[in-house]
Amino acid sequence: MTNYGIILEISRTHLLSRMKQTSIAALGVTFGVGMFITMISFMTGLNGLLDGLILNRTPHIHIYNEIEPSSIQPIERLADPADFQIIRSVKPKKGEVRIHNALPILSQLKRDARVKGVTPQVNANVFYLAGSIELNGIVTGINVMDEVELFNFGDYIVDGNPQDLAKNDRGILLGAGIAKKMSLKVGDRIQVSSINGGIVPLKIVGFFQSGLAEVDKVQSYVNLRTAQQLVGGGSNYISDLNVKLWDMELAPSMSKEISAQHDLTAIDINTANAQFDTGSFVRNLITYVVAITLLTVAGFGIYNILNMLIYEKMNDIAILKATGFSGRDVQQIFISQAMLIGLVGGVLGLLLGLALSVMIDGIPFDTPALPTISTYPINYDSTYYLIGIVFALVSTFLAGYLPSKRAERIDPVDIIRGQ
Amino acid sequence: MSLILEAKHINKHFREPVDFHVIKDVHLSVKRGEFVSIMGKSGCGKSTLLYILSTMDTDYTGELRLDDELLTGQTANRLAEVRNEKIGFVFQFHYLLPEFSVLQNVMLPARKLGRKSLEEIEHDAMEKLRLLGIDDQAHKKAYRISGGQKQRVAIARALINDPHIIMGDEPTGNLDSKNSDIVFNIFRELSHEKNLSLLVVTHDHDFAAKTDRLIEMEDGRIISG
Ligand SMILES: Nc1ncnc2c1ncn2[C@@H]1O[C@H](COP(=O)(O)OP(=O)(O)OP(=O)(O)O)[C@@H](O)[C@H]1O
Ligand SMILES: [Mg+2]
Repeated sequence: MTNYGIILEISRTHLLSRMKQTSIAALGVTFGVGMFITMISFMTGLNGLLDGLILNRTPHIHIYNEIEPSSIQPIERLADPADFQIIRSVKPKKGEVRIHNALPILSQLKRDARVKGVTPQVNANVFYLAGSIELNGIVTGINVMDEVELFNFGDYIVDGNPQDLAKNDRGILLGAGIAKKMSLKVGDRIQVSSINGGIVPLKIVGFFQSGLAEVDKVQSYVNLRTAQQLVGGGSNYISDLNVKLWDMELAPSMSKEISAQHDLTAIDINTANAQFDTGSFVRNLITYVVAITLLTVAGFGIYNILNMLIYEKMNDIAILKATGFSGRDVQQIFISQAMLIGLVGGVLGLLLGLALSVMIDGIPFDTPALPTISTYPINYDSTYYLIGIVFALVSTFLAGYLPSKRAERIDPVDIIRGQ
Repeated sequence: MSLILEAKHINKHFREPVDFHVIKDVHLSVKRGEFVSIMGKSGCGKSTLLYILSTMDTDYTGELRLDDELLTGQTANRLAEVRNEKIGFVFQFHYLLPEFSVLQNVMLPARKLGRKSLEEIEHDAMEKLRLLGIDDQAHKKAYRISGGQKQRVAIARALINDPHIIMGDEPTGNLDSKNSDIVFNIFRELSHEKNLSLLVVTHDHDFAAKTDRLIEMEDGRIISG
């Protein structure tokens, strides 16, 4: 039977009659929510940037053939384990870097429902020759359009585009660092000599810039077939398989499965980038801690103001109760005052956060390490705006709860007699 | 005529600062449509009794019935509903919400009751204000009107839900004799025409003499009436 219209009207009138205190309380919330939005947008923007830098182009599972010494030496198979044996200077036996049966594995993975895509790669150690300069480096053969689709490869091509490479079996996307050292530009030719002796002339169709200078000084990309020629292998010569899954969380279990099934090394993204997640987590944690601190301070402000307001409105409370408003109605009047402060302060806080984010977004952030970025990264995810307003409402509700309980318990007779 | 209000064996003690037996075994009943006044010396317990009868004070022993419903021991929520719907209370001192307009103050109990639309409530409230001759003040803030005007607004508010009984603690205490007469006549008319019951504490002998029955109190007891 409660009529919420009248309850809201009473709480609004109370708030408007104490405009100054109300505004100060709301400003506290505005500040808390505004800072939260600004910080979280910036922090997650930064996380997203770093994700882009590392996670987006890191395969969820990287399959290759690791050359390593056998973990069980022949003598261990023969001898009684209790016997005393020392084997020193264990060396790996000579083996091929290529993945055996790469094509069947590739097609098996492509059929797997968990897999979004697989790209084969061929790594070749080479020397870059231009004029009298010789630099060693790595040339990776790729299906460039697949890499663009699955691993955002296109983001790292400067001066040129992936189609230029896809169209040209004699093309190369040269590492930006190499190009600088050898002062080459797009359209120039470069000789690439492989370890087993062949020299192949290639045309530079664009530059590759990863943002990691060490990589850009050695790494270049060619078409898969070109790389297979460089290493002197056939079309079944594949040294790495990069798998992208629909759900990244499945990577650890699936990588175990693959390495067990095929006797290959399969590294999942969580193992490869464990420290990375920790960084994102800590950044988010700091943001939430700061926001909760600010909102707690704002909450204490609201608590004080509401207590004061209730003290001032004792008469009103007594009249309301005498004329038939229940304790619950009175409690709701004061809770809704707290929440109105939270709502108005919170919405203004969202706007403040958005304004600051837009401002930060406009600050130039030019770094050669990040070719695709020109201003500070900001994440405008609306989820955080939702979290911000929920934060504001929850903290003001908590701040308003105790004072409103007090109002609920006020005995009207005490007040009326007190006059 | 059936009883609207019936109180039996009402006893109340104040325990602070010392035990003080303020209401002593009071029996009191009011018939429907009856206009009853209570008189007595200052401090004899009239206001205290009225707070008990109006259900605001529940710290007493005895039995209280309104409209044949036993109110003693009822939940606070039910008592609030009863006050809202059936009892109109006029305080010894004028009690209004100062930041609200006169009209809003009068509308308040009706909006809590929520039986009528906002327009109807507003129309009714204007009617009551007109009845008490203060409709010209309707849109002023309640803290901007005189003491006597406030008292009349409080009476209008007590009437808004067409209660079964009006309880007044010196409702005419702040009024000059002309306005006091106006209020008396309104009460008289309501009790005759709408069968409204009234229980009014007063220090005004002329006022008390014109009511249907006079109850006299002394030292926490009813001594006559
Ligand atoms: N909270 C309290 N604690 C203790 N004693 C109280 C309290 N309130 C009132 N009293 C005492 O109870 C008695 C009755 O008070 P009450 O207000 O009912 O008197 P009253 O008849 O209404 O007087 P008046 O005509 O002056 O309004 C008084 O003696 C008063 O001192
Ligand atoms: Mg009194």
